[in-house]
Amino acid sequence: MTLPNEPLLVVRGLNIEFGPPERPVRAVADADLTLAPGEILGIAGESGSGKTTLCSAIMRTLPRSARVSGRVEFAGKELLSLSEREMARLRGRDLSMVLQNPMTSLDPLYTIGNQLEEVLRERRRGGAEVRPGGAVEVLRRVHLTAPELRVRQYPHQLSGGMRQRVLVGMATAAAPRLLIADEPTTALDASIQDEILILFRELRDTAGSAVVIVTHDLSAIRRLSDRVIIMYAGRIVEEGPTAEVFRAPRHPYTRALLGSLPRIEDEEVVLQPIPGQVPDLARLPPGCAFAARCPVALDACRAERPQESTVGERHRVFCWQAAAGGAA
Amino acid sequence: MNPDTSPPMVEAVGLTKTFALPATTLFGKARSVTAAVDVSFRIPRGRTFGFVGESGSGKSTVAKMLLKLEAPSAGRLLVEGEDIFAQTPAEELAYRRKVQAVFQDPYGSLSPRMRADRIITEPLRAHGVSRREAEDRVPDLLRLVGLPPESARKYPHEFSGGQRQRLAIARALSVDPQLLVLDEPVSALDVSVRAQVLTLLREMQQRLGLTYLFIGHDLAVVRYLSDTVGVMYFGRMVELGPARLVLRHPAHPYTRRLVALAAGDAPLGAVRMQGELPNPLSPPSGCLFRTRCPYADATCAARLPEMRPVGPDHLAACHHHEAVAAGTKAETGPLLQEA
Repeated sequence: MTLPNEPLLVVRGLNIEFGPPERPVRAVADADLTLAPGEILGIAGESGSGKTTLCSAIMRTLPRSARVSGRVEFAGKELLSLSEREMARLRGRDLSMVLQNPMTSLDPLYTIGNQLEEVLRERRRGGAEVRPGGAVEVLRRVHLTAPELRVRQYPHQLSGGMRQRVLVGMATAAAPRLLIADEPTTALDASIQDEILILFRELRDTAGSAVVIVTHDLSAIRRLSDRVIIMYAGRIVEEGPTAEVFRAPRHPYTRALLGSLPRIEDEEVVLQPIPGQVPDLARLPPGCAFAARCPVALDACRAERPQESTVGERHRVFCWQAAAGGAA
Repeated sequence: MNPDTSPPMVEAVGLTKTFALPATTLFGKARSVTAAVDVSFRIPRGRTFGFVGESGSGKSTVAKMLLKLEAPSAGRLLVEGEDIFAQTPAEELAYRRKVQAVFQDPYGSLSPRMRADRIITEPLRAHGVSRREAEDRVPDLLRLVGLPPESARKYPHEFSGGQRQRLAIARALSVDPQLLVLDEPVSALDVSVRAQVLTLLREMQQRLGLTYLFIGHDLAVVRYLSDTVGVMYFGRMVELGPARLVLRHPAHPYTRRLVALAAGDAPLGAVRMQGELPNPLSPPSGCLFRTRCPYADATCAARLPEMRPVGPDHLAACHHHEAVAAGTKAETGPLLQEA
């Protein structure tokens, strides 16, 4: 693959398994992805699709019980073979992640201000003084009310949504080369959601950071990201330029996912649920994991796992039907 | 709506709730926060009232009052014409059977150590129904919410998020309630599952004649379920009317912004909420929205706008809605709170 820039992140053949080796649960299977500096990538999929596990593997924050194989290259370094110490040096400064659970990512014993100042000091890499108002400024940028009061408060005194905004503020203040945000806007009000997304885009525009946003909020992905990856049952099923995938989705799952969003037809709100359930990762069928819920599945789909096919410029899909010329 | 002489299922009249803050605050003296002020609305039987507003706007406070988890500081809450805060213990017991709730978090609201059959029959048992009789109802309840009969023997962790929310709905329906309080029931669910649960809720309402108080922040979802919508802003209702009117032709500048944001088709950053959120400890004078409203002027800082008719069955609390609707009101930007 040729890219306009040297890629910042390259993931090749990544597999992540849990459970006993004789009955493994493959949370992520054969994942490949490439991210250029300054690129914004959205990863969408339902719970259990492997999107969070994939990001945790990049950050090397998976539990010890996980078995990981494949390659994760970040700025030319192979992350999976780095020592814990080398990895710790990258985290926060070059690689930063906003976690899904804001309750556990802040230290309950330090004020919000203390914790923010630590990040700001780290960013200056032991050099210059931290401006006294720096922490307040960070909180103002994430639209917290009464930021002067918040810096003196402890995490338990803030609501979940406020804590989430503190974490986004912290992660963006460090201006990392790669920011991974896992469901950063879930549980936030629409007006705040947009402000957080705008913050990510500004981070890219001003610091040249690459951003990976993992979410089931498709509207956030559509408006923020340059490229999108759709995951289902641990596998990437479609990847392409965001505008193209949303305008002309090629995988039946992508189409079903977009169709399940409420839309308005003749003054009525229309909902189209995806029938059935997400399959059990421990008992995946031999063929395509989506076949059981797919409106256009053929016998071939149930028998053999679909191979990658290219359907456009940097647009690939894993579907026998799409490969055969577009499922009707 | 049919002209109906019987009292509505729910009627709130000037509901107000004030919470006292402890005297040991950073500010050194006792203060209070007003969570809801002068909230009035009615829900006819078999209909859905949708509450919209940002976190902290007071929607959940009103829901808690309807569930009798909080008592109002002022105002009245009538269910079928009776004040629910003037009940005898026997009436209260009957009321608690009549109203049930489904909350946002299907993980937190189900006990991990109880089997599904016990979870869904717990309210029945609490209301004195024999164990035998309660168990007899399990297959029906599971079928009602579209869960397979073998689910009865499973524990919550064996269900997916959507199935857990079905379980929570089955539990709420077990005592044959008439009124359901639905506080963000689909917000924690995946989009595809969300559609399944919303379809189920609508079907249950049609089949059982239920009345819903629905709280949501996704406007498309609110519109899908609601007949009437009330928009809350920092404890006050700022707009009230038929869902289609309010969410398609909003009158209040706040609702207009929410609807534009929710449309989601504008490029990121094209629609932004300007200004600053008001400080709940010292709210601004006049209209609470003036610190974020693009149309705010001196009138807005001087006087609190009252709810007034802006169309058929449609009320809004804005001094300038006519000029805003006509597009003749200049966008002069928000009036920030003086320090």
